[in-house]
Amino acid sequence: MFPINDNGMLSGLLCGVLFGYVLENAGFGSPVKLSAQFKLTDWAVFKVMFTAIVVAAVGLWLLRLGGLLRPDSIAVPQAAMMAAAVGGALVGAGFAVGGYCPGTSVAGLFSGRLDALVFIIGVLLGTTGFAVFYGTALRSLKSAWLIAEGDTFTDVYEVPEPVVLVVLGVALIAVFYFGSWFERRGSGTISAQQAVEGAR
Amino acid sequence: MSTSEKHGNPEIKPFWPPLAAGIALGLVLLLTFVLSAHGLGASGAATDVVAGVGLQLAAEATKANGYLGPMVADGSPIGSWMTWEILGVAIGALMAAFTAGRFRVQLDGARSVGTSKRLISTLAGGFLAGFGARIAGGCTSGVGLSGSAALGISAFVFLALFFATGMIASRLVKGV
Repeated sequence: MFPINDNGMLSGLLCGVLFGYVLENAGFGSPVKLSAQFKLTDWAVFKVMFTAIVVAAVGLWLLRLGGLLRPDSIAVPQAAMMAAAVGGALVGAGFAVGGYCPGTSVAGLFSGRLDALVFIIGVLLGTTGFAVFYGTALRSLKSAWLIAEGDTFTDVYEVPEPVVLVVLGVALIAVFYFGSWFERRGSGTISAQQAVEGAR
Repeated sequence: MSTSEKHGNPEIKPFWPPLAAGIALGLVLLLTFVLSAHGLGASGAATDVVAGVGLQLAAEATKANGYLGPMVADGSPIGSWMTWEILGVAIGALMAAFTAGRFRVQLDGARSVGTSKRLISTLAGGFLAGFGARIAGGCTSGVGLSGSAALGISAFVFLALFFATGMIASRLVKGV
């Protein structure tokens, strides 16, 4: 029965190596490619993310259905709506301004980008700043608008999981359809050649 | 654009198509859930590093800190699953970039916005993302990607605000 709850070194290294390998091959070491998502000229970020979300979500559902995965054994982020909204907004702003997010900055640095190293220093400073200012205000921000009934649409709104998966599938098709439409209208997606040459 | 630029350097292999990359990422994420019972992440490793380095440099202050204190109660969190995972990300990205001819040392964005402005934009962006990730309890990987795959409501709220704010910010500031 899964999960096997292996949180050791080899499990971490294996998942990380595969994650980093895919991130760089998707083009996500390049801040030009990444920030083009917000300019709506290259939709690779959302196409890749939504595809991965649907593949993993359907996979988890099938594993549970087949009795291979224990129910309620997978970590789900707590339904703290205020924290998700404010945190999401700040990470999005940081992504747009800096050209990376915490994970992709590692892919950026290890494809040779020194600006990614500076981004990582910024992440460490931002984390330190949060810890320094952690008190009543941040604590209440993190617990505001908390949904007590549960963390998933199935738990809180009693939407059956297959329905959630179908909605996600439709959203995935929409991301590809409208994303490709925007890409044709815009200045074109960022090729590996352009990414390696750097922002101009 | 010159002919060589248009046709490209044959040494540089193209990126994977988004659908293929997305399926691969989804399978890696599924493997991660099956092995570790949680998803992929990144900013958590930064938190572990800050807590671990803090424990070395300022042990008393770190232990007394409301956020970091509980994390160092059982010793340094460096060596956690998340820190090994992020080391793996570095190795995997290096392998991919090298084998595809896409490794090039550069300060990306220096030519488009200028060196000093690029250094400020990337530092500020990192700060915002690092601070924001601690509020949300994760970043694009941990909450946006893994949380959504686990069908968490907060993950979709995170993604919506991530996208909306990112679009606005990219119109106000040219950071790259």
